[in-house]
Amino acid sequence: MRELDVQPELVTDLLVRFLREEVGQAGLARAILGLSGGIDSAVSAALSARAFGPENVLAVLMPYKTSDPRSEADAHEVAESLGLATRRVDISDAVDGYLAQVDVEDRTRRGNVMARIRMTVLYDLSVEWGGLVIGTSNKTEMLLGYSTQWGDAAHAVNPLGDLYKHQVVQLARHLGIPASVVDKPPSADLFEGQTDEDDLGFSYAQADEVLYWMVDERMNAEELADRGLDSELVARIAKRVVRNQYKRLPPPIAKLSTRTINQDFRYLRDWEAHGSH
Amino acid sequence: MKKSRVVLAQTNPSLGNVGANLESHFTQIEEAVSAGAAAVLFPELSLTGYFLKDQTYELAMSLDAEILERVAEKSRSIAVGAGFVERSADGRYYNSYAYFEGGKILHVHRKVHLVSYGLFEETRDFAAGTTFESFDCELGRLGILICEDLWHMPASYLHFLQGAETLLVPSCSPARGVGTQGQGFASERTWNALLSAVAMFTRAHILYVNRVGFEDGIGFSGGTCALGPRGDREHFLEGLDEGALEVQLDSGALRRSRVQTPLLRDEKPWMVVSELARIHPELFTGPPSGDA
Repeated sequence: MRELDVQPELVTDLLVRFLREEVGQAGLARAILGLSGGIDSAVSAALSARAFGPENVLAVLMPYKTSDPRSEADAHEVAESLGLATRRVDISDAVDGYLAQVDVEDRTRRGNVMARIRMTVLYDLSVEWGGLVIGTSNKTEMLLGYSTQWGDAAHAVNPLGDLYKHQVVQLARHLGIPASVVDKPPSADLFEGQTDEDDLGFSYAQADEVLYWMVDERMNAEELADRGLDSELVARIAKRVVRNQYKRLPPPIAKLSTRTINQDFRYLRDWEAHGSH
Repeated sequence: MKKSRVVLAQTNPSLGNVGANLESHFTQIEEAVSAGAAAVLFPELSLTGYFLKDQTYELAMSLDAEILERVAEKSRSIAVGAGFVERSADGRYYNSYAYFEGGKILHVHRKVHLVSYGLFEETRDFAAGTTFESFDCELGRLGILICEDLWHMPASYLHFLQGAETLLVPSCSPARGVGTQGQGFASERTWNALLSAVAMFTRAHILYVNRVGFEDGIGFSGGTCALGPRGDREHFLEGLDEGALEVQLDSGALRRSRVQTPLLRDEKPWMVVSELARIHPELFTGPPSGDA
């Protein structure tokens, strides 16, 4: 869909500056991220390498014993092509140590545990590395809520959160991400044979198109139908967007005082105290 | 023929750090003085940063604040335009822009068209200004329009009627729109079209000073530029870096452009009055009398 196309050079320039400035705001110039072998983390890694220099980006590979070995191979290929140092942390013992104490068969619950262990590893290693955790969540998955809260959705800054999947693919090609990574079906790789599109029940191309007209262009149900979009699909996607709003905002705080955090205590993250420095 | 050299300073203000911003203003001022410029002009809210929220109240200053006096002191050698949060004597907070010349504040414009839609929420914290007053300075007759002010036709029209020769447009415009419908940010293309149209309508020079840098993920698009009175973008900064753009204001070009297309001579401002009386008679009759 042509409307979704972006100018990759312009986007890359803005995102590289964004990373430098927002990480710099924390007094840091290094980045750390989980490299899964998928396209999103590859693009975040490539942008980070441009922003901070490859020597200042640590790519962490965190396989579980059932992870597809091809994912790790792809991650290595991405890291090598970008000149990034890698660190491998096998999360099997940590995950199984917990799962041994509680009986969890549900695949989603098991997947969430893995995602949150990976988050724990990244945040811990970020201290040793002296860098911020860079996000890998794109706009499509954030709107659909297709992520684990406090898991893969956890990060300090996110360069991809305003790019639909189609746009991430475009950027990946521009950044020279290996074709094997760009062209394979996206997967959370939490169990064998899993693909995002099977989980969701629709394709990224379908989701991107609906979300673009619904969110970016503010079309209502009638206007979306007039564009020839399937009303049932639109309704399913719209429901997911609404239901997952909780993943996109900090949790509500019960208001008691006259000045409550994030309600009437309003400051940006980039807040600097008057007269500091 | 009078030619004045002006520096447009495309800066990246540090959010809430007035001390650091003041220092960077001083650096730019000194460089502009060395370059022999008559004026150095900064973006909207250049002393404070833009998305201030509750910091609006903490960073506000009255017009006799020491920080403004220090800028005024510098204006003995060069005129300076800078943006800040003004606290008025009656306790209102304005998105203000001061023009300093000869060691004092020569003029203050309070932003009239506060923007509160999309990602903006200015009316939550700021009171709105109520005037568009052109003023005379060493550059000639100047009219200030802060960012969104330019989007409202009566604003530039009022400066046009007052004979403004130059419109100064300090701005904090976020970069947005990266689609392939055109080159560069859609927001910047829109600004350029608007600036060009206003220059053509007013037959005035336009000095647009936007900022760069990020505040919580929102990047500002730069694109600082100067337009001639025929609407041509004669000088501009490319890219998203800080920078200083030197431009020449040429009163000869202005005179020639106004001879070629004498829009001010042919304007019929009294029609605004008669037509407003037709369209909005209530403005002229006052509130209905006899209400309890």
